[in-house]
Amino acid sequence: MMNDKNSQKIVDIIQNYARLHSLFVLAYGTGCGAIEIPPTMTSRYDAERFGIRGAATPRQADVLLITGYLTTKTLKRVIRVYEQMQDPKYVIGFGSCTINGGMYWDSYNTIKVLDKYLPVDVYINGCMPRPEAVIAGFVKLQSLIREGKAEGAKLYKDNLEQYRENQKKVIPNWVMPEYNW
Amino acid sequence: MEPILYKVFGAVVTIILAFVVGMTYMGLSRKITARVQNRVGPPVYQNFLDALKLISKKTAIHHGIMQMMGPAFFMVTSIGSLMFIPVLNDGRFFSNLNFEGDLVFLLYLMVFGPLGMALGAGQTGNPNSAIGVTRGLSQMVGFEIPWVMALVALMIQYDTTSIVGLMEAQSASGTWLVFSSPFAFIAAVLAMLGMFRYSPFDIVGAPTELASGPVAENGGKYLFTMMSSNSIFAFVKLTLYVDLFLGGADNLIELLIKTFAIYLIPMLYGLVSPRYRTEQAVRYFWGWPLFFGFLAIMYAVVF
Repeated sequence: MMNDKNSQKIVDIIQNYARLHSLFVLAYGTGCGAIEIPPTMTSRYDAERFGIRGAATPRQADVLLITGYLTTKTLKRVIRVYEQMQDPKYVIGFGSCTINGGMYWDSYNTIKVLDKYLPVDVYINGCMPRPEAVIAGFVKLQSLIREGKAEGAKLYKDNLEQYRENQKKVIPNWVMPEYNW
Repeated sequence: MEPILYKVFGAVVTIILAFVVGMTYMGLSRKITARVQNRVGPPVYQNFLDALKLISKKTAIHHGIMQMMGPAFFMVTSIGSLMFIPVLNDGRFFSNLNFEGDLVFLLYLMVFGPLGMALGAGQTGNPNSAIGVTRGLSQMVGFEIPWVMALVALMIQYDTTSIVGLMEAQSASGTWLVFSSPFAFIAAVLAMLGMFRYSPFDIVGAPTELASGPVAENGGKYLFTMMSSNSIFAFVKLTLYVDLFLGGADNLIELLIKTFAIYLIPMLYGLVSPRYRTEQAVRYFWGWPLFFGFLAIMYAVVF
């Protein structure tokens, strides 16, 4: 008779294998970084050979790709989109703007550090990161999923109050549905 | 072995075969699309990985009971119509609930799945889904007419409404129906372009326009159910075409070659075509396909 823990481990390995080879990406193209997504997906760099493909809606997506700066207005939409995605879900912060504000470091209406508001699994730095860098970021996410370390969604669930506090600090008119898993 | 157990076992084997073949064809179509666009493309088994990922999603939200029923309807229709299709000519092993008049029954059954999906999409309340459903139903009005006319022509010509009857007529006369009633074949193939929903007739899903249409609110296991029933349904349609027009198949290799040859028609036509608008698609089906449908019926009545 097999040990429950061991059988769960085998199931996890199989499921993680499927997850890392089939990433449906919802590219939230608010900033200028969205222009690097078409070359990543099309003939020259062909991200589909890694199993990465675009998803049309948040319900079908696994990865939320936040390309570039986020204004306080779009942050609300991004949070809404993130909460509509189904578990397990991952966030990739794309470009320097999601790390420390980048060239918008002193702007009055963009957020500087994305990780305060949403749990980011992988950052891709650069302004702009080239398609090679984007694919390298996806490969990094794949290795994190393989090791079982891409636990952003769990982090968000556990620290929801803290994230909500940060989010409500920059979004004054908070009219949002409750996060239900 | 008990005959009923034998039949149940045959049905399960048929479903597994249809699932595997359908999924592999979808993966091959992604690979061929990639090669045409000068890309490497995903591996052939990519769709199985997608399916496994979708089924191992931890959560799947739903907006009501009808959204759960929609994919189930589609699955039931796909498997139900699979049960009426003779997979191989001798039909020894694979399940076949054949009866006199099953072609007419199949015409009804094949429409039922999209209707169930339409009900499921209506519950989600997503406007993209509603638009996708109305587009799908208008497109169905388009391609069903030449498709039914082609089948009616076959029924008149060979005086039978059973698929097995038509297959026996082919083996008795020694020629495939594609040669003995060519106009029906042309009408049916043109209708098939709409049935498979590749571009230019991908107005239902319409990526980048409708955000995948009726399946917009479905993730996780709902999407898995739709994906797998879609591939089973693709196998059903391809096997039906092979049975009706290409004389069926004596073994599995022959079946795979013939079905893939048929499958290449909508796929390769889609690769070089941009998307139609809804009224353009309906007008397309009521043009030449309808003409060939009329021609097929006249040919059947006169000869």
